[in-house]
Amino acid sequence: MTGPVLDIRGLRIALPKGADRPFALAGLDLSVNAGEIVCLVGESGSGKSLTAGAIMRLLPEPHVHVAGGAILFEGRDLLALPEREMKAIRGDRIAQIFQEPMTALNPQKTVGWQIDEVLRLHTRMDRKARRARVLEMLDLVHIPDPTSVHGAYPHQISGGQRQRVMIAMSLCLSPRLVIADEPTTALDVTTQLQILKLIRELQQKEDAGILFITHDFGVVAEIADRVVVLSQGEMVEHGPAAEVLNAPQHPYTRALITAIPALIPPKPRNFQGAPVVLRAQGLTKTFAPRGGLLGGKRRTVKAVDNLSFDLHRGETLGVVGESGSGKTTVSRIVTRLLEADTGAVEVNGKDLLACSPRELREMRRHIQMVFQDPMASLNPRKRVQDIIAQGPIVHGTDPATARARARDLLELVELSPAAATRFPHEFSGGQRQRIGIARALAMEPKVIVADEPVSALDVSVQAQVLKLLADLRDRLHLSLLFVTHDLRVAAQLCDRVIVMQKGEIVESGVTADLFADPRHPYTQQLLASIPGRGWTPPDLKTDAA
Amino acid sequence: MTAATTDLPRAEAPRAVTLWRRFARNRAALLGLFLFGLVVLMALTAGLVEPVDPLRRAGDPLTRPFTDWAVPLGTDQLGRDILAGLFHGARISLLVGVLATLLSIGIGVLVGALSGFFGGWVDDVLMRVTEAFQTIPNFVLLLSLVAILGSSIEYITLAIAIVSWTAPARMVRAEFMSLRHREFVDAARNLGVSNASLIFREILPNALPPVIVYASVIMALSILLESALAFLGLGDPNFASWGNMIGQGRSVLRTDWYCAAIPGIAILLTVLSFSLLGEGLNDALNPRQKKT
Repeated sequence: MTGPVLDIRGLRIALPKGADRPFALAGLDLSVNAGEIVCLVGESGSGKSLTAGAIMRLLPEPHVHVAGGAILFEGRDLLALPEREMKAIRGDRIAQIFQEPMTALNPQKTVGWQIDEVLRLHTRMDRKARRARVLEMLDLVHIPDPTSVHGAYPHQISGGQRQRVMIAMSLCLSPRLVIADEPTTALDVTTQLQILKLIRELQQKEDAGILFITHDFGVVAEIADRVVVLSQGEMVEHGPAAEVLNAPQHPYTRALITAIPALIPPKPRNFQGAPVVLRAQGLTKTFAPRGGLLGGKRRTVKAVDNLSFDLHRGETLGVVGESGSGKTTVSRIVTRLLEADTGAVEVNGKDLLACSPRELREMRRHIQMVFQDPMASLNPRKRVQDIIAQGPIVHGTDPATARARARDLLELVELSPAAATRFPHEFSGGQRQRIGIARALAMEPKVIVADEPVSALDVSVQAQVLKLLADLRDRLHLSLLFVTHDLRVAAQLCDRVIVMQKGEIVESGVTADLFADPRHPYTQQLLASIPGRGWTPPDLKTDAA
Repeated sequence: MTAATTDLPRAEAPRAVTLWRRFARNRAALLGLFLFGLVVLMALTAGLVEPVDPLRRAGDPLTRPFTDWAVPLGTDQLGRDILAGLFHGARISLLVGVLATLLSIGIGVLVGALSGFFGGWVDDVLMRVTEAFQTIPNFVLLLSLVAILGSSIEYITLAIAIVSWTAPARMVRAEFMSLRHREFVDAARNLGVSNASLIFREILPNALPPVIVYASVIMALSILLESALAFLGLGDPNFASWGNMIGQGRSVLRTDWYCAAIPGIAILLTVLSFSLLGEGLNDALNPRQKKT
């Protein structure tokens, strides 16, 4: 085979009238050779997923359609092919791996049946040969017990295994091109690293070309041969991975790379003398699934097991762990959005968990929360000023004063006071998260619990919000309990870190020490799994945007 | 901080304007609105058409329509003006429709909201009661209620509300169950907002759109139920309702069909108008449902 597997020339994708720009993609040139991984990097709305849709000819036409250019696959223009031939190419010659393996798999069919279906549709193999091939593929993606997974339903296997199954499914016909659309974004870091390794390994074995779509420069550093950077539908930079990562030319790429939190923890600050504002003691929470009338006894899950910690004034304590570690449960117990089984949470010297409902409402002003999803955490039917002023009004502030203060707070979180009379859906994710922070600040709390406050945001916005949080913390002497799965984020902001696994603290300590010398094997594994840990973003501070 | 983070998007048109635009995109909904307006107009001008009493004798019994211009749509077997009956009937039908709908939606929202918000035993108890109502056929329950309460117009309205609150209750419950775990509810609770405020100020406004759409269905159903009662002779005889007119026209159906047919057409058009309105409201309030 000579020439690239995929060659995109001047691809333009038109958006419907009234969208924020006329073209989702304005002139993309891109080629993928056999045995090469090309990363398409961009923030949300940059048009990277539509590129995948255009190659597979699965755009939501006629609203969004290809307006110009050519997509050459092994020398043939896919855009000119009749639908029948395209169908044969899809899945057979070009395969796709999706972001969320749970929704991409049919929950009603066994894993084996679903991989088998691909073979049944595209090959003439008989039943026995197909089964052998399915088992071979499951083995190839390092699934521990292929025969038992073959008969399992998607919900019975873990997220990482589901993604392996998806990869097995897409590779079982030995496609020439694989389009991987954020295949590891929904996974934990340790699983993500395994999947990335797997993709690399299989790609070398099968010699396919891979178009890897991602927003994460860490992942790019881990896997890419070449990189194409998209911004607002424009290709701003392309080149070999090492070049783009270490010596980016375009200001946009430079800004993106500068925004990546470096894995260098802040200088340890001393909080020994500072008073304790939040003390958790012996927190335990067990989830016992409510059985129905006919449901048998089900396993109870210990989400948090005998957890204790202190938070000093002005300090930031990070709670780090993978999904299922119980870190979110901790944030909900501490704010008493969820009742703990046992334990005490002392805020301001008073046990929050022992408060009566009336006392609790009064106590809530001391401990506020910033939520994960800036889309869901603001009431869509309320104006911004009412959202921010709600807390103080409930606690007896005169509404006019509270609204006036809401405008000041908007300024404090660097939003224009004109935002006060708008509704939440008119703002971008980062702006909404600022509104969420303003709402928490309106109560003048002593402690702010932040539950993954930046995980739903693009990396450049993430950096701004983190900077704002750190800035406000120092100015207002706030204490932060910062829950996150992202060690890079934790490294940037936290003075001390607690590492959780299966509801227990496995290690805790000053961030710098813990990152430099992790003791517990799980912490070591976590740190080793950070994507792109071997790559230090170049220092571009001079002209950062 | 860069200017980009503080840049605000362009201001949107006011909510009412966007709602109207979406509503008006649906031609059938506009027709529904026109018909509904016509019925309201009839109810308002009933006093001009027949200032004294629609049940008084206005001409010779069983005058055919378009023969005597004093009674343009003719008279029934007691010589009552059908046109006057039609106009005054619009008042009764709208009154029963609006009141019964408000009542049933009120009960439904309350039961559904409590049930969906608190869950647990509250939900169990309220839902068993709801199911008890749902298992009895609507009309049978209505007949027994009217038999017990008597057939004055107030009780008929009440009885109609009692048989039709279950569907909105279930709807509100489902909305509440999905909304109560949203982060904005947790956020409000975290500010110290009381349960009552959480239910009525935070969640309810977000749960209402489908209920408002469904209200148009209940409105149409209540008008039909009232007519059905009147048709069986259980309506309030002191008012000229469309159902009463059909019920009395039934006895002369074979010779003078128009006595029953004219009010029948009025009911048909009114119910149609509500159904079309409901569709338009759905387009306006739940725009995402239709796009795909």
